[in-house]
Amino acid sequence: MPTTLEIKDLHVSIEGKQILKGVNLKVTQGEIHAVMGPNGSGKSTLANTLMGHPKYKVESGDILVNGESILGLPPDARAKKGLFLAFQYPLEISGVPLAQFLRAAYRSLRGETPKNADSKGVGGEMISALAFKKKLEEKLKEVDMDPAFAKRYLNEGFSGGEKKRAEVLQMAILQPAIAIMDETDSGLDIDAVRKVAEVVAHMAGPEMGVLLITHYQRILDYIKPQFVHVMVNGRIFRSGGPELAKMLEERGYSWVEQEAAATAT
Amino acid sequence: MATKQTLDIDYTKYNFRDSTEDYEYKFPKGLTREVVEKISAIKKEPDWMLQFRLRAYDHFVKRPLPMWGGDLTTLKFDDMLYYASPTEKKSRSWEDVPAYIKDTFDKLGIPEAERKFLGGVGAQYESEVVYHSLREDLAKKGIIFTDTDTALREYPEIFKKYFGTVIPPEDNKFAALNSAVWSGGSFIYVPPGVNVDVPLQAYFRINTQNMGQFERTLIIADENSRLHYIEGCTAPIYSTDSLHSAVVEIIARPGAHVRYTTIQNWSNDVYNLVTKRAYAYANATVEWVDGNLGSKLTMKYPSIYLLGPGAKGEILSVAFAGKGQHQDAGGKVVHLAPHTTSRITSKSVSKDGGRTTYRGLLHVAKGAKGVKSTVRCDALLLDEYSRTDTYPYNEINEDDATTSHEATVGKIGDDQLFYLMSRGLSEQEALSMIVMGFMEPFTKELPMEYAIELNRLIQMEMAGSVG
Repeated sequence: MPTTLEIKDLHVSIEGKQILKGVNLKVTQGEIHAVMGPNGSGKSTLANTLMGHPKYKVESGDILVNGESILGLPPDARAKKGLFLAFQYPLEISGVPLAQFLRAAYRSLRGETPKNADSKGVGGEMISALAFKKKLEEKLKEVDMDPAFAKRYLNEGFSGGEKKRAEVLQMAILQPAIAIMDETDSGLDIDAVRKVAEVVAHMAGPEMGVLLITHYQRILDYIKPQFVHVMVNGRIFRSGGPELAKMLEERGYSWVEQEAAATAT
Repeated sequence: MATKQTLDIDYTKYNFRDSTEDYEYKFPKGLTREVVEKISAIKKEPDWMLQFRLRAYDHFVKRPLPMWGGDLTTLKFDDMLYYASPTEKKSRSWEDVPAYIKDTFDKLGIPEAERKFLGGVGAQYESEVVYHSLREDLAKKGIIFTDTDTALREYPEIFKKYFGTVIPPEDNKFAALNSAVWSGGSFIYVPPGVNVDVPLQAYFRINTQNMGQFERTLIIADENSRLHYIEGCTAPIYSTDSLHSAVVEIIARPGAHVRYTTIQNWSNDVYNLVTKRAYAYANATVEWVDGNLGSKLTMKYPSIYLLGPGAKGEILSVAFAGKGQHQDAGGKVVHLAPHTTSRITSKSVSKDGGRTTYRGLLHVAKGAKGVKSTVRCDALLLDEYSRTDTYPYNEINEDDATTSHEATVGKIGDDQLFYLMSRGLSEQEALSMIVMGFMEPFTKELPMEYAIELNRLIQMEMAGSVG
């Protein structure tokens, strides 16, 4: 059975301020959904709430994975259910090499323990360490990153573009069932957008569903969504196919905002 | 790495204790002139050493407790033992070591470590060194690596020439105490031009309840020689206070390079009051790599006196203070010659109400032209109950000195935790990973097995910090 992520009438506030005002959306593994919308419409709030950031308070509604509520689960348990969030602003973690971090995450997600390791934890994991190194090198190449990044500290001193690529790299290694991508295209130049998008497009398929959050239409030239949702003022204002994204590109967001305002009154 | 399996390792294996009944000499509690004389007599020491001990004892009695640093008021000098010996004779080979001691060392993994890459093992059990093997190729190169008592007997000339010259008994109350009652420790001499290409290691532990341990280490690296000495400590858990007060003296002759690495993990009732000082002559380099976990109170400020032009000093110190612990640590560098350089890096972590203090001195003497020095201390506070303080003292007496001091106090942010947890790491794994990353500038300087051990200790300390 493919994994499903279902968002039901979701109301979310931050520090007492209401941001999401009843979002409904269902993403199934294998589908690509794009959520577009003007700045401040609640797109990033949606992404962070889905992954379980403690700052975002769910006032009402529900988030279900395979029919079960994940509202009470911490972020790591959500990750183990197959969710992944590519951050808009990835955090820098000093002193933790990218490869070391990713391998820990990889093992944690799979519940791996080194069975043959001695009492010091040495030995049993050596082969998988090598296998992991190989896998990581392959993926680094795919996202067009220098192999030296494996030993760099996680995101520390990375340029904006490198951070975004590293997010896609992590996604490619961890292979989530449903990837939530929060403005992965922002801050990237045209070539980088294409490169990153091609990797995502390559991964998307029966094995992975994508919830792509973006302000701009350009990334959708490479990652073709079946479903496009327009978010305005904390709600999904309109859903449709790829033609909706085209329309937004041609006419901008102002008409949606006007219509949304008209509907509200 | 904060993976699940390493967190599950059972460290209660370190919480063992042995019967103390087999010990031959049993001293009364408390320190008197007679105790000092008895120690010297048992060791059959030359008169000059007895006089040295008595001079130190007199100073110890006169000298008040320091008015700064940690709380020493609960330290009861009269309730402590100042000497104990598990076996009358030292054992040269592993086979000769008594079974119960061997058992303890087995638990500590010492024979295993020896098989791997030890240059020689000096293991202090209680106050006396019972096991000390010296690899033949070390001896062939003229390197002396033995316990300090043996060195006094077998190498009297070089011993007397250097012993107590870097840290005289009058330096401070605890140096005086150590000088009066010292036992064991390591003695190393490296001849001119000799490169000791494997680290020399020693293990220490305290066993008898309320027993102070007063080892005395003296390292002499002759001209253009090179040495890395590693000292690792673990201690079993006891409920009443005990004292560890060591003195470590290093002499790096012109062009020599000495690195001294310590990771200490005393049980949470130990007072760890240590004096460490090095002399670095012209173009010599001394590096202190000093990790402090555990103990009730640690006061330790490894220092380097840069005595000749071109000498270099580096102090890398980390401290981890948990519940009821105070790590008062740092470093001192005294620039007494021109074109000397130094760097002090301090990293500290406080959690569950633990307290860390950085205390450092940078002194540039008049006439020491062209000095360069950087001091950096970073503190990480894991909760609002914990505390960190910084006391940097700078005495710069030359205008052309280039010095910098940077200090930061950080906390682990929700966003960092969220980021790591979103990838599948539990909150504890994420916290451990951030703390290990914070310590990385220190950890990367350690030989691999020590780095693994330190990371495991950090994970242990972090366990239970969630929820």
